[in-house]
Amino acid sequence: MAQEMLYWQALNRAMDIEMEEDDSVFVLGEDVGLYGGSYRVTDGLYAKYGEWRVRDTPISEGGFTGVGVGAALVGMRPIVEIMTINFAMLALDSIVNGAAKISLMSGGQFPVGLVVRVPGGAAHQLAAQHAQRLEQMFMNVPGLRIAVPSTPQDAYWQLRQAIASDEPIVVLEHELLYFVKGMVDIVAEPPPMHRAAVRRPGKDLTIVSYSRMALLAQEAAAELAKEGIDAEVIDLRSLKPIDWDTCATSINKTHRLLVVEEDCRFAGAGAEMLASLTERCFFSFDAPPQRLAGLDIPTPYNGALEAASIPRVADIVDAARTLCKPAQKAAE
Amino acid sequence: MERETMHRLLRDMLLARVFEERAAEEYTKRNIAGFLHLYPGEEAVAAGVLNAASPADYIVSTYREHAHALVRGVPPGKVMAELFGRADGMSGGMGGSMHMFDRERRFMGGYAIVGESCPIGVGIAYSIAMRALPEAVICFFGDGAVNQGAFHEALNMAGLWHLPILFVCENNHYAIGTEVHRHSAVPELYKRVAAYNIPAEKIDGMDVLKVYDATRHALARIRRGGGPQFIECETYRYRGHSMADPDSYRPAVELKAYQAHDPLSAAIRNLEFRYPSPEELAAAGPDGISRLAQHMVDAGHVHEAEVEALKNDVQKIVDDAVQFAAASPPPTMDAAWRALNCNRHQEVLI
Ligand SMILES: Cc1ncc(C[n+]2csc(CCOP(=O)(O)OP(=O)(O)O)c2C)c(N)n1
Ligand SMILES: [Mg+2]
Repeated sequence: MAQEMLYWQALNRAMDIEMEEDDSVFVLGEDVGLYGGSYRVTDGLYAKYGEWRVRDTPISEGGFTGVGVGAALVGMRPIVEIMTINFAMLALDSIVNGAAKISLMSGGQFPVGLVVRVPGGAAHQLAAQHAQRLEQMFMNVPGLRIAVPSTPQDAYWQLRQAIASDEPIVVLEHELLYFVKGMVDIVAEPPPMHRAAVRRPGKDLTIVSYSRMALLAQEAAAELAKEGIDAEVIDLRSLKPIDWDTCATSINKTHRLLVVEEDCRFAGAGAEMLASLTERCFFSFDAPPQRLAGLDIPTPYNGALEAASIPRVADIVDAARTLCKPAQKAAE
Repeated sequence: MERETMHRLLRDMLLARVFEERAAEEYTKRNIAGFLHLYPGEEAVAAGVLNAASPADYIVSTYREHAHALVRGVPPGKVMAELFGRADGMSGGMGGSMHMFDRERRFMGGYAIVGESCPIGVGIAYSIAMRALPEAVICFFGDGAVNQGAFHEALNMAGLWHLPILFVCENNHYAIGTEVHRHSAVPELYKRVAAYNIPAEKIDGMDVLKVYDATRHALARIRRGGGPQFIECETYRYRGHSMADPDSYRPAVELKAYQAHDPLSAAIRNLEFRYPSPEELAAAGPDGISRLAQHMVDAGHVHEAEVEALKNDVQKIVDDAVQFAAASPPPTMDAAWRALNCNRHQEVLI
């Protein structure tokens, strides 16, 4: 039943199916209609569903995200596309003060079934205002869920789950993943939205990552295998909540943890992971758990500097090697 | 108008045109990366507005700002070097196409968040007013920006506090793929400014003399204590939104979709106001540049041979700019850290 698709096509398919099944599902965002989406994700939906269900908005992120919140209050299932996460800054009020809080503030009377789709990440030399990740910004907001699919299959599953959910969910899509190919099974039963996936089993160390970095971690693991280091790679798939059990099970087996994130290091997603997993697994660590993260610097435009400001495969390999060194020595 | 000014306007527009076409070429050769938003078609705005400004005025712009920098007098080599991401670029290779700064020329930056230039411009104008200086701020933004909260909040404060700022809306009819009448409830954008007690007018942004005159008058009003002014320049970009834009929405796709969905309202719209398609523009004849050249020839200000000579000069300047950029070294990571701290060295506050 599985078919090969690009990441963006998987997202497109997910929306198409949900829109067909439920006429309360609608999309709004900049250039999502006539133009077909700046990353093509909404391609074809305008022609099929018309302008009321695929709404081109003015460049008014604060406004149209709030419109999504309002529609969700009366039972619609809006999918707000914010062109890139850099502009989500302008929508934060609607997401943080609105979507995330109304369910509680109303004593549970008004669930907010809102999906906010946001491309992000450092792509190719888009410079400081277009190369941000910012997932930690949403992680600290109670009431939100955050999905971070790294494969077309997860993109398809998690977006469908997000649309069907009655909770506000931010789907962080990586700009460099849109043209990644993968098999997508349209009818298979998906795992729970927040369940982490063990992408590669291993026994020497656990590499925890998500989104594009999860792919780099798998590449790094293949490199490490050549040197006899057997890394287990976990793709979190969800940053809120995080599937701690899958991580802890792995750490209790490997006794070493490396977290890899593209976002800046200071107070980033990795900080939460290290803290929570240290609380759970302190006594099973053979070495201090480590983070590999983006530099704490706005992304420079110059290509070489941009590349140096976020983790590369070679950096992951180095970090894993260093983390495993003492044990190898001990074994000698 | 003096012959000299007219020459300068023409030269600036030619330079901007040739520079941008060359930037497109360098982009396809991969010497330039990232988002590259080009200006061909809109040159009369940058040339007309900035030639009317004084060196003491401040300029705040968007990501489509190369021509603004060039007209402001930034050496073309430094603009090109920034596009190349090199150490000798306007921002040391750190900002790229969308983030050009030049402290000396009071070029206060290109900003890539739509609407962002407005409050920043107001902040500068506030500082000028506070010190009662004779300077002004010139703040550029596109038609798409008028739908941002920041735009309205900024205009209100400028009006409320009577600040010395000239808002210049570069209305090229499109916010990426969305045409003005599909993004603004009131498609005559200058009318949206009425709420803030700011005099606003719409002018033909394809006519550099009109832009120049309107700007001079607006700046004169500001300097006489007349408070903020607003000019909407109707213009058109000949290229896609950026080099990444397939530009498939104008006009065939758009027209088709409209015809399929709402032929009536399209007909009504055409009665009320209309923007020319690129084909119509071409059919209607010369754009701002050749119109000016013709005007000058007609008025006996310039001979065709002079225009040719000017074109050759400009071509040479742009060739040199590319050479300068290509010869410039890449910046170092150390330079990036220093830039982050504005050359203050790393201060550690414990
Ligand atoms: C706040 C924000 N939202 C979205 C974008 C993406 N974006 C970049 S340019 C643009 C269109 C802007 O159109 P306009 O203001 O008319 O300027 P033009 O590009 O036509 O010069 C959009 C939507 C952005 N940069 N900032
Ligand atoms: Mg525009």
